[in-house]
Amino acid sequence: MSEVSMEELKVIVFQLQDEEYGVSVDQVRSIERIQHITRVPKTPDFVKGVINLRGVVTPIINLRSRFDIEEMEYTDSTRIIIVSVEDMNVGLIVDAANDVIDIPVNAIEPPPEIVGGIEVNYLRGVAKLDKRLLILLDLNYVLDRDELKEIKALEATM
Amino acid sequence: MERNQYLDMFIDESKDHLQSLNDNLLKLESDPNEEAIISEIFRSAHTLKGMSATMGYDDIASLTHQMENVLDGIRNKTVQVTSEIIDTIFSSVDALEEMVEDIENGGSGKKNVIAIVSELERLEKGESANEIAAGVDTLPVNTIENSSYPTYDDFELTVLSQSQEQGYHTFYITIRLREDCILKAARVYMVFQVLEQLGEIIKAVPPVEELEEEDFDNEFTVTLVTKDTAESVESKVLKVSEIDSVDLVNIDLNKLSASKGNEQEIEEQDSVSEPVSVVEENEGVVDTSKGESSTKASGKTIRVNIDRLDNLMNLFEELVIDRGRLEQISKEVSSKELTETVEHMSRISGDLQNIILNMRMVPVEQVFNRFPRMVRGLAKDLNKEVNLEIIGAETELDRTVIDEIGDPLVHLLRNSIDHGLETTEKRVTANKNPQGKITLKAYHSGNHVFIDVTDDGAGINREKVLEKAINNGVVSREIGATYTDEQVYELLFASGLSTAEKLSDISGRGVGLDVVKNKIESLGGSVTVTSGLGEGTTFSIQLPLTLSILSVMLVEVQKEVYAIPLSSVIETAIITKEEIFSAHNQKVIDFRGRVVPLIDLTHFFDVPETVEHGDFYSIVIVRKGDKMAGLIVSSFIGQQEIVLKALGSYLTGVFAISGATILGNGEVALIVDCNSLIK
Repeated sequence: MSEVSMEELKVIVFQLQDEEYGVSVDQVRSIERIQHITRVPKTPDFVKGVINLRGVVTPIINLRSRFDIEEMEYTDSTRIIIVSVEDMNVGLIVDAANDVIDIPVNAIEPPPEIVGGIEVNYLRGVAKLDKRLLILLDLNYVLDRDELKEIKALEATM
Repeated sequence: MERNQYLDMFIDESKDHLQSLNDNLLKLESDPNEEAIISEIFRSAHTLKGMSATMGYDDIASLTHQMENVLDGIRNKTVQVTSEIIDTIFSSVDALEEMVEDIENGGSGKKNVIAIVSELERLEKGESANEIAAGVDTLPVNTIENSSYPTYDDFELTVLSQSQEQGYHTFYITIRLREDCILKAARVYMVFQVLEQLGEIIKAVPPVEELEEEDFDNEFTVTLVTKDTAESVESKVLKVSEIDSVDLVNIDLNKLSASKGNEQEIEEQDSVSEPVSVVEENEGVVDTSKGESSTKASGKTIRVNIDRLDNLMNLFEELVIDRGRLEQISKEVSSKELTETVEHMSRISGDLQNIILNMRMVPVEQVFNRFPRMVRGLAKDLNKEVNLEIIGAETELDRTVIDEIGDPLVHLLRNSIDHGLETTEKRVTANKNPQGKITLKAYHSGNHVFIDVTDDGAGINREKVLEKAINNGVVSREIGATYTDEQVYELLFASGLSTAEKLSDISGRGVGLDVVKNKIESLGGSVTVTSGLGEGTTFSIQLPLTLSILSVMLVEVQKEVYAIPLSSVIETAIITKEEIFSAHNQKVIDFRGRVVPLIDLTHFFDVPETVEHGDFYSIVIVRKGDKMAGLIVSSFIGQQEIVLKALGSYLTGVFAISGATILGNGEVALIVDCNSLIK
């Protein structure tokens, strides 16, 4: 619909700590309230377990601990964003999710070296909008299964 | 869209018929004179021809048409069944399969079939030329020589000649009712009913109207076009009571046209006794062949896309969760009417669940079907004599497993024939039956289905495998020397290992058993090998019965719910603290005279401790093979049928957890994998 010069990216905006993050709408399947999560033993700490998402068992990871931010109690605004990457459906626990915005593609800049302590690999870029700074996540890295295995192997040796 | 809908049907049905062709051709090869088999083959080919012509696939139609001609020759005994003919028909079937596959993949289904067609033509004519005159009819039926027919008009004649071309028999049937028959019209009606089920009545003398008004003596004649044999037609008509005699005559159209115009005459009655006695002899044969025929299942089934079943299953799952909620609500509200309604709904949905799950189960036969043919081909190529025995083809497996299991089995069979079985000469020198034997056996055991591929060949040569593995760098010489036989056999599944000394087309292209192993494991199964030198080798595949249903024992570990598959559970017990001993830092109990190690699931799964432990321990005794273990849990909840769900592809290979399930309250419970708990 939009003109070529004004290409836009529709993103879901969510909060972690004091920062605002964005994931492309294409990768988001739904946003859920927090619900009972069944713990799965012998998995990395950031894997909170699995939930029943309308009949499909869906793994849930806490994005705070995934990014080494201190975990906090779930509140009324805590949400689970169900994202779909490749053949995986995974739920991400975030502090709040309340916005869908269009950002012009030319407002996206490559990520600075370190943002909010998050390893640069996980980032797709940073979007500057008026007074907001939006960090765009690269979910392929956030949900990298090889890394999950490495972490598992590491924890097994400990 | 319309055409597409028919296309799916065409493809499915064509495959069925091709399978039936394959099966029956194999049967025919071992029993070349069995008419029932030939008719079955003929029917398949004929239906294929009709369908493909309707759909506009001319190459298929022309090939099947020529096949039909040869088959007709066989049926009429003008063509002898030879290995050459069977081979040619097989290759025609191959060509047909290719074409159907092409159509399935969106192609035009075109293929150059001229070579095969002319080969078929040669076969048809080659041997038939000198016999055609004499051998038209060797069926135990009176051929009309002297007797006459009713007069047929041109239309009827056309119908008759077309039917004959299409492989129908034309019978001129004289039926005589008993003298004391009271309701003649009723009998006539019954006879007509029987005949109409068998085929088509072309003409009746006297005409039907007169028959209905009982305007005839005790005798009437009909002309019937049918695919049934004379014997079966006769026996079926004779089942109608108050029939004195039935006399069948096979009409030869060539003579018919010659005798056209002759006056109608009625058959002499004495000729009855002979065909009847034949009927009794052959009845059994006809019946058994009916039982085996592949047409038996048709008519009562519909085809459903597996996606739809999956959808149904998923929707049903949501229903089950809501049911759980409703049950809870009804307990809280405690209204009698609500409780009753909810209970009723629960029962019905329970039945529904069974039906849905059963719909997904199909016999493994579907996969096994194509193997006899494949084995035959391989054996010929390799110049080995192979006898394939299939046991337990009726064993049922979930459809999704069935779809995936074909390729690994093909691989194992090829492997067994190529590498497992020795050459005929070697077998003779080893004092074995020159014909090698491959057994394909499927059976249920617990929650698993086992499929064994066994050969009675030379067995696995440990040294050869080791040597090869060492050369390929799979294992070092030092470590290899310490391996047990089982460990050496395991090496067969390592990638890049083929033990045949020389590469062949059949298998041994370097890729192989490792692919099999990966495939089976991705289905949640496992492969094991056992072998005896000089006695043969068995590859045993263990597969989950279904990917979706499981009987489990639900237990509580602190506040968490876990499911333990009933197939692993031996029994549950409650023991006191004093009964637990310690051996080598391992808690054990004395269970019916055996020392059984205990695993405390609270510690094992790092469950947060919220429940104080009393003096009694609840224990679930589980097993893996003949090893046992006792799992300490907090309490037993009960036995339940659950639906197995994967943990999601993000979480693969979680230790000691084989999957998850959704409980009545909508929460997820994890399924304990006892096999990895017991070492």
